[in-house]
Amino acid sequence: MAEKRPNARWFVIALPYLWLAVFFLLPFLIVFKISLSTPTLAQPPYVPSFNSLAEIWEKARQFTIDNYAFLASDSLYYSSYFSSLRIAAISTLLLLLIGYPFAYAMARAPRAIQPMLLMLVILPSWTSFLIRVYAWIGILKPEGLLSAFLIWLGVIDQPLRIMNTETAVFIGIVYAYLPFMVLPLYASLEKLDPTLLEAAADLGCPPWKAFWLITVPLSLPGIIAGSFLVFIPAVGEFVIPDLLGGSDTLMIGKTLWREFFGNRDWPVASAVAVVLLLLLVLPIVVYQHMQARQVEAAR
Amino acid sequence: MNRSFSAVNLIALTLGFAFLYIPILLVVIYSFNDSRLVTVWGGFSTKWYASLLGNRQLLDAAWVTVRIAFLSATIATVLGTLAAVALTRFRRFRGRTLFSGLAYAPLVMPEVIMGLSLLLLFVAIGLDRGFWTVTIAHITFTLCYVAVVVQSRLVTFDRSLEEAAMDLGCPPWKTFFVITLPIIAPAVIAGWMLAFTLSLDDLVIASFTTGPGATTLPMRIYSSVRLGVTPEINAVCTLLIGLVSIGVIIASLVQKRSIIERERAERLAAG
Amino acid sequence: MATRALGPVRRSFAPWNDPTAVPLIRFDKVTKRFGGFTAVDDLTLDIHEREFFALLGPSGCGKTTLMRMLAGFEEPTEGRITLGGEDMAGRPPYRRPTNMMFQSYALFPHMTVEGNIAFGLKQDGMTKGEIASRVEEMLKLTRLESFAKRKPHQLSGGQRQRVALARSLAKKPKVLLLDEPLGALDKKLRQDTQFELMDIQVTLGLTFLIVTHDQEEAMTVADRVAVMDKGKLIQVATPGEIYEQPNSRYVADFIGDINIIEGRITGASGGRVTIGSAEAEAPLTVASEADLAKDTTAWIAVRPEKTRLSLDAPPAGTANALTGTIFDIAYLGDWTVYLVQLPGGKILRVSQANMTRTVERPISWDDKVHLWWAPEAGVLLSR
Repeated sequence: MAEKRPNARWFVIALPYLWLAVFFLLPFLIVFKISLSTPTLAQPPYVPSFNSLAEIWEKARQFTIDNYAFLASDSLYYSSYFSSLRIAAISTLLLLLIGYPFAYAMARAPRAIQPMLLMLVILPSWTSFLIRVYAWIGILKPEGLLSAFLIWLGVIDQPLRIMNTETAVFIGIVYAYLPFMVLPLYASLEKLDPTLLEAAADLGCPPWKAFWLITVPLSLPGIIAGSFLVFIPAVGEFVIPDLLGGSDTLMIGKTLWREFFGNRDWPVASAVAVVLLLLLVLPIVVYQHMQARQVEAAR
Repeated sequence: MNRSFSAVNLIALTLGFAFLYIPILLVVIYSFNDSRLVTVWGGFSTKWYASLLGNRQLLDAAWVTVRIAFLSATIATVLGTLAAVALTRFRRFRGRTLFSGLAYAPLVMPEVIMGLSLLLLFVAIGLDRGFWTVTIAHITFTLCYVAVVVQSRLVTFDRSLEEAAMDLGCPPWKTFFVITLPIIAPAVIAGWMLAFTLSLDDLVIASFTTGPGATTLPMRIYSSVRLGVTPEINAVCTLLIGLVSIGVIIASLVQKRSIIERERAERLAAG
Repeated sequence: MATRALGPVRRSFAPWNDPTAVPLIRFDKVTKRFGGFTAVDDLTLDIHEREFFALLGPSGCGKTTLMRMLAGFEEPTEGRITLGGEDMAGRPPYRRPTNMMFQSYALFPHMTVEGNIAFGLKQDGMTKGEIASRVEEMLKLTRLESFAKRKPHQLSGGQRQRVALARSLAKKPKVLLLDEPLGALDKKLRQDTQFELMDIQVTLGLTFLIVTHDQEEAMTVADRVAVMDKGKLIQVATPGEIYEQPNSRYVADFIGDINIIEGRITGASGGRVTIGSAEAEAPLTVASEADLAKDTTAWIAVRPEKTRLSLDAPPAGTANALTGTIFDIAYLGDWTVYLVQLPGGKILRVSQANMTRTVERPISWDDKVHLWWAPEAGVLLSR
């Protein structure tokens, strides 16, 4: 639509652009600014006033890195960050181990039923995330269904202690994020030309070896996309560690929530958010780059 | 190779789907449990559904949530479709890199950060928190999902259809409405549904951006869940699961029927 | 072209006529069913060492299934396949001494040209030095030396085809299987590559089995051609025999252009068979030793280029003389093809070589013409 009138074009671009600038970009700048404010100035209800340039300058002079120093001095914060990254990384690995065979089996299923399998994978993620996490409470708690079932089977005689541990968080993340891992894996495995595996076999390569030499390298885009797609949100996850994890399960999303709703310390909460964002900038940029490349490739 | 769909694959699929569906099924089953205890089956009962009807707070929250979801999904669909058109059709304009960054980032942005930053914005500009702030927040984060869904359809769109329309004398804006939009409509509808359910489901962003009188259903569920598993919550969850499942199934049936009809029409045309 | 040198070698090569020769490949009463569909039906076939053998037929005739059973991708439902005297039953593709060049080439997209060629060699546990020198040799054979480090998507269609060939040849297989190897190339490149394939086959002394639906390709490259239909072999013979002595209407019709005239046997004596046909006033004569009963239905097949066409009547007593009207003319440069309509409505093709640049009195549309052919030019078909 090269000859589209400039004002129509302007309208198409400007409307969503403005919206995102005001409600997505600007808030981050505010978070950044508040993270540099002193807590005393920022007692809620916090209403910054930008009445005059002089006042802004005055405010700017009061900027402080105290909040960041506080984050560095208190072990709660850096162990929260570390623990979030660790839990997200382990969960991503678990998701790959569980999701890959699942996606592989889907891609090898008869063509006719593949759309149905795909819908069955997506369907749970259309139902509420909160409900799906909640469902595990009834299963995992000591007097819950899993323990009762295993005791009935005679496998164990004491109720399992899974609820309120890190294990429960892993189970929750793997369960809630499985579709996001399976879908990109399936997309790349489904594109794999089966004659490549025939060619490998024809050239003397047994199936298990062909899997490592052909299937895995060619599904690498799916592996990377799936891993980023679950790792990034898992780092900032709040609901799962809050409902399934114990008080000793530290995750930064939970810490931020507590800092905000519990301690009402907005500058520190903002500083927590800024650092979390910095931690995720690299993976987010890598992921976006890949997304953009994929869209370009689809052209 | 024909034998490639082996027993191992069948087992992987069975275990995978069992893992995905058993927890949800348990919630549904126990919503009909007469007993208050999870592990005890006290017989079939619909009393928890009846008690829901008397729960004013929950019903109010549900009504607020549906209104927010409908409004935010509709606006997000308009904005998201525009964003998708801008990103696929206009290859070069000032700030395009920033724009595409803004359009993709919310997909992976941790919800706590989105929620916190929007709240601070609303406080900074002095907007009273409540129904409208949650709606704005939901538009912002669901817009990006709509954009991605619509964009994936637009990149495979045959541009010669638009060129044909314009060649036949149709002005560009009209071409968009009579040619482009009808063809990408399934993606736009899918985007709307996605935005609707995401809004319906959101706890974290709504918790940050809400105010008095605008408590959403997930927030109500969350606060009861923190107190433990209750049969009423099982019943609410079952209703929600049922509604979403019916919606998705109807949507896929409609889509399937349109595919079948198109195939039949094509066969007729060919025969 | 190297083909000139091949002439004498090929002329003396005919192990299939030697009753003491042991075939390299033997399909013994092989049947393959997919559910209720029979792809290959009780088929027996011998292929000899160093032979260039073509399986020819329309899609769905079972030719690809036959090849895939030899490669090990499908197991026969019934019957036996032996290769070099060994029964191949139950042996997976990665333990068979065959290599295949796939129709889609199936090049590994994440590996370079070198990596693709070396893939099979690595599976055999060859040393690095051996692999490198073999890869080098294959690159040279297929003239790909300058593309060794490229990935498949950086190559043209013809180059990819050569990589696929180099990869399947690298292991020096007992049998090279070629599945529609040239289908994706344009006509000119296809013809050049056909000669290259023949050259490589003789140079390396390997057995090639090619599957194709292109009769011209099969005729060009192969020592012997098997024409298949509905899972069965219809005729197995040299290209010359297939063209000049088809054993059935199916083969005659499938290979090249041909006119087929139906009739009933009216007599047979002294190596001549006469047939009465509704298309001709006088009985048609064909040279044949066949011993067919009177009144059975039979067909005479005659190639367009073996039919004479003229505005003037042939001398009285000429066999197989017909008259007709020119229905259409196609000028092809070297040949002109005339479609002649007989009084009964049937249309025959007649082609004439354009040997001079000008024709004194060209035959034109709607002209009344005479056509005839020698009894030796036609073939008598009973099925």
